Amino acid sequence: MKLLTCPINGPRNITEFQYLGPVRGASAERAGELVEALFYHENPLGPLKEWWRHTPSNTVFIAERHTVSDEILATWLPNRRPD
Amino acid sequence: MPLTLLRYGLRPRHVSFRDIPPTPELKRGYDVVIIGGGGHGLAAAYYLGKAHGIRNVAVLEKGYLAGGNTARNTTTIRSNYLTEESIRFYKEGVGLFATMSDDLGFNIMFSQRGQLTLAHSEGALRSFHLRAEMGKHMGTRTEVVDAKTVRDLCPHVNLDLGGLHEVTGGLWHADGGTARHDAVAWGYAKRAAELGVEIHQRTEVTGFRKAGDRVTHVVTGRGEIAAGQVLQAVGGLNGQVAEMAGFRLPIRCFPLQAMVTQPLKPFLDILLSSADLHTYLVQSSRGEIVIGGGSDPYQLASTRSTLDQKEHLAEGALHLFPFLHQVKLLRQWTGITDMTPDYSPIMGASPLQNYWLDCGWGTWGFKATPVAGKRMAEAVATGRVPDLLRPFDLRRFDRFALVNEMGATAASH
Repeated sequence: MKLLTCPINGPRNITEFQYLGPVRGASAERAGELVEALFYHENPLGPLKEWWRHTPSNTVFIAERHTVSDEILATWLPNRRPD
Repeated sequence: MPLTLLRYGLRPRHVSFRDIPPTPELKRGYDVVIIGGGGHGLAAAYYLGKAHGIRNVAVLEKGYLAGGNTARNTTTIRSNYLTEESIRFYKEGVGLFATMSDDLGFNIMFSQRGQLTLAHSEGALRSFHLRAEMGKHMGTRTEVVDAKTVRDLCPHVNLDLGGLHEVTGGLWHADGGTARHDAVAWGYAKRAAELGVEIHQRTEVTGFRKAGDRVTHVVTGRGEIAAGQVLQAVGGLNGQVAEMAGFRLPIRCFPLQAMVTQPLKPFLDILLSSADLHTYLVQSSRGEIVIGGGSDPYQLASTRSTLDQKEHLAEGALHLFPFLHQVKLLRQWTGITDMTPDYSPIMGASPLQNYWLDCGWGTWGFKATPVAGKRMAEAVATGRVPDLLRPFDLRRFDRFALVNEMGATAASH
């Protein structure tokens, strides 16, 4: 079982979570960035900030995860990033 | 081929040979440098030599020959896609597989046994009707069949699944088949090497030297080589190699897991998949049941496996064939898929002048090995992208001209 720590509910089985994709650098609101925002997603070999949802409690939050080691480095609620 | 074999067998003294020559020293430069020694790169190398007389070619492979997604796919060959552009392309691929053993003089064990995709809902059947009509229009053998025909084609399959996912019909694709994945790569490698192509294993590309919008040199762990043209076909690392070359690709990496059971007596003589269960099964010529399914739920560039995903595959397989419940698993593995937003590949030109792309093959690349190799070789040799490949141009994303194959791709191969 792989654990993911929900900022509200603590460590839970990762099967309780829904993956919502990388936190986007580009904005679909700005005309020049539309194609980038729609099709060119972040795909690093290394730490990636991404949106997750804890399904039973409907908690949407951000996780930072390493895309090679699969290690979850930190999780936080939007706009409440720990220092 | 059989006569050659007979003559060889009757010859008194057998000369030992090896199919693929050892890695030579790197030369100063090559007319064409192919990055990636998987099926696609090797097929392109073969066609460059065979069809276009371009033999000063180097294939650079970071690891060992065909050890990436060529070794990790589940060898489904089919053309029952949804769009005209895709069906036209994959149909040519199926045709090339049919004659490949003879063309290469190398047995790739092509078996055109047909693929059946099960529907467990009216929604799935509706999408099958669409694919069947497109398939017929394009001259492939694709049709919607009812539950009785499903039983005739595959008498062992559990049709009611405990009432949860009753089979309502299926998409029967008589052109579908399978082949030995390693043999496809080795056959192309052997014949390409005979034509003069150099295959450099354990040769990692670490960077590029450019002049304006042209690549002049490819930097490798074994030294720097000049390159006339470059073709990139590196599977799960396509995004990273493109970034080294100075541009981005609309690609995200997801792991795709599969597994095989111990060998059983033959009982499954078609390729069977279920769109709703996200599982597909095929019995290999050794008797093993190859089980594949959907990708991992989140982005990752590691070939680790997970129990969750393996249990999911086993669950789907047991829904379809409950009598497999005591069968042991022999092997399991993972590949890194380079997924595009529209589930179609990226083939053709890149933002650089002499740099060509054969990437974004995601979970569906094996079936395209011969046709992608043949047509990419044509693009590199002539400098003109063949009409067959034009819909798959990288710039389609800028034009919103996507080739959406999500429905005909996910978990159906």
